[in-house]
Amino acid sequence: MKLKLITGVALSVVLFSCGGDAAKEATTDGAIKEEVKVEEVVEVVAESDGALSKGVGPITSITLGEIDAAMVETGKEVYKTNCTACHKLGKRSVGPALKGVTERRSPEWIMNMILNPDVMVKEDPTAKALLAEYLAPMANQSLSEDEARSILEFLRTKN
Amino acid sequence: MNKLTKYALGLVAASTLMVGCAPTSSDAESKGTSKGALNSSAAEKVYVAPGEHDSHYAFISGGFSGQLAVYGLPSGRLFRVIPVFSQDPEKGYGYTEESKPLLNTSHGFIPWGDSHHPDISQTEGDLDGRWIFINENNTPRIARISLETFETEEIIEIPNSAGNHSSSFVTENSEYVVAGTRFSVPFPQRDMPISDMKGNFSGALSFLKIDQETGHMNIAFQVKMPGFDYDLSHPGRGKSHGWFFFSTYNTEEANSMMEVNASQNDKDYIAAINWKKIEEYVANGGGTMQPANYAHNIWNDAAHKATSTMEKEVLVVEPKDVPGAIYFLPTAKSPHGCDVSPDGEYIIGNGKLAATLTIHSFTKMQKAIEDKAFDGDAYGIPILKHDAINYGLLEQPGLGPLHTEFDTRGNAYTTFFISSEVVKWNIKDLKVLDRHPVYYSVGHLMIPGGNSRNPDDKYLVAMNKITKDRYLPTGPEVCQSAQLFDISGEKMELLLDFPTIGEPHYAAGIAADKIAPKSKKIYKLDENVHPYAVKSEAETKVVRNGNEIHISMSMIRSHFSPDNIEGVRVGDKVFFHVTNLEQDYDVPHGFSMIGAQTSEMLIMPGRTSTTIWEPKQVGVWPFYCTDFCSALHQEMQGYIRVSAKGATTPLTYTLDGDVPGEDEEL
Repeated sequence: MKLKLITGVALSVVLFSCGGDAAKEATTDGAIKEEVKVEEVVEVVAESDGALSKGVGPITSITLGEIDAAMVETGKEVYKTNCTACHKLGKRSVGPALKGVTERRSPEWIMNMILNPDVMVKEDPTAKALLAEYLAPMANQSLSEDEARSILEFLRTKN
Repeated sequence: MNKLTKYALGLVAASTLMVGCAPTSSDAESKGTSKGALNSSAAEKVYVAPGEHDSHYAFISGGFSGQLAVYGLPSGRLFRVIPVFSQDPEKGYGYTEESKPLLNTSHGFIPWGDSHHPDISQTEGDLDGRWIFINENNTPRIARISLETFETEEIIEIPNSAGNHSSSFVTENSEYVVAGTRFSVPFPQRDMPISDMKGNFSGALSFLKIDQETGHMNIAFQVKMPGFDYDLSHPGRGKSHGWFFFSTYNTEEANSMMEVNASQNDKDYIAAINWKKIEEYVANGGGTMQPANYAHNIWNDAAHKATSTMEKEVLVVEPKDVPGAIYFLPTAKSPHGCDVSPDGEYIIGNGKLAATLTIHSFTKMQKAIEDKAFDGDAYGIPILKHDAINYGLLEQPGLGPLHTEFDTRGNAYTTFFISSEVVKWNIKDLKVLDRHPVYYSVGHLMIPGGNSRNPDDKYLVAMNKITKDRYLPTGPEVCQSAQLFDISGEKMELLLDFPTIGEPHYAAGIAADKIAPKSKKIYKLDENVHPYAVKSEAETKVVRNGNEIHISMSMIRSHFSPDNIEGVRVGDKVFFHVTNLEQDYDVPHGFSMIGAQTSEMLIMPGRTSTTIWEPKQVGVWPFYCTDFCSALHQEMQGYIRVSAKGATTPLTYTLDGDVPGEDEEL
């Protein structure tokens, strides 16, 4: 019941932000681009739970240590091949900007979104809200847990 | 009238209606369906509920469509048409630069073929679900299709052959796949009078060795047989493993009006070939390497493309040089199917112009060879005495017997083309047990695992050449069809008609669990070694080399990279090398370019494909994704600016106004 309520709130906020909260800016070619601040909505969902959601998928618990430089390097390469077609770090592209994502989401949520996107966009309230906003579903790139973990490590350096 | 009475009357009316609508027994009989309460049980037996899977795959050749279609049993649902010998614009097969070499032959590029007899690879006499082979009749070729990817991986042309019909059957450990010629021809080809055929033409029976790791085929040897027509074949198994049996007709060696002149003899032959003996002979240096010219085309799954090599010689074996390896078994009359029972003991000739099935015994054949029970010879090949090898005849079971398959209970099932029926009979007793009409003019039939030691004998599929009134008419050309029978009981029960693509010439079937679990889902990007593959958008680019422009492009839901290209000129030859960056199951993208004189490309996840466009008009021209890929599929599109010949528009390529893959924060 609580979950349903939260989802309802989240969606209505999304709809609201689509219409009224969009910032418009002129691009170089003169066209008007809409920049939607969906990220704030997600904060609402996450905070209302009192803790960052872990999402739905194979990753239930991750303990983060000091940043592992070697893993960051691996993660950067995996990221370049599998993520950059749809994500930019600093701006919205096909999917959301990923700078600061490790502050907005739990490490488990991030890995589950990489490894289990098909289920996440059906069952996880935040992922559902993101799909409703972006319409392009998060692609499942069939990565291993190690590869997803290395992407997480790389993203930790991009805050 | 109270409510209850109304309901009761309603029920009576409904049941009366149902009785009124039920087919009369003569109707049901003429349609071949069973009567009364059994009607619903047939429907239940073929009903596969939404989301459920069929229990068997049926691979049914498309005959003159040149393709191989994949159906589910018992539902009869069509899953996929695997392009093999004919171009397929839906998938880009035979149109993309990568797949074109598969259709290369000594006659050049051949866009069409006549596909006939699919047969699945075996291990120890059981179907193993690794590969399926199929022959092309017109321009003699054998193809090998992967049952992980359901794609054609190899096509080899057969030299000295013409009408490659007694093919492509596999021995019980997939040692060889055979390719026998239907029409005899000059061997090697030469310019000579047709009327001199007799004694001067030959029939090539080729044995292709299969590499057990890669599946690659190579012609190990060709047996240069007398100039008869070799119609069908099957391998020995179990006790007869090591032998191969080919039916022959036109032992008259007629070269004109064959309809009459090739049907003069009351008996033709089944040729029994001891390939193990010939293999040994060849291993000891036997045979003559002769000049030849034939294409050998191999698909490379890592490079995502095929290469075609012209082979220049072939090893030829003369029957007279390997005494004891080849015999003729007299068999009535112009036999078509040449089928071997699951235990390897019975060799059955389906004498298509006789009303008789000839059943030879392998045990008796061996004894006859030992006793030299010969009845003369044909071109030096001993003819075994009919009575010394024959187990029995099944007289008058029907008209025009064509093909026999088997169950595990000692029964055989034979199709009769002229009398349009399938007849079930017991091999040991030579007694007819049941017969069922088919609609109409049945050719071959299939029991899953039929060509193996262990038929999976619940279902039988009959493949019909004519349907006439069975379906809604569609002009002069109506569909051909298959009919599914349940053969688990004493009587055959007709369950289902389903239409097929092209001519359902012949089929192979296998339990789904032998294939489905290992079906490939994606091509891994990091294993892609195509020279123009891109692994990320940062690698996409456009390069001019003279008048050739090579675009290394990527696709992912739902955009291309780059999607704006300028600096192309009329007269350029533009190569689109497109990589699908998706790594998820069932996310292909399509690619089509306005004015390209070729097909679209349908590109699976992780695959790279190439198409060529030669722009002829100045302008800004769109390209787009053809396969509905996401909610933003309609947005998956780009533009190419084409300037006049000699224009100086600089070559640029961008995505969203940037260099593709650019992320300054990365």
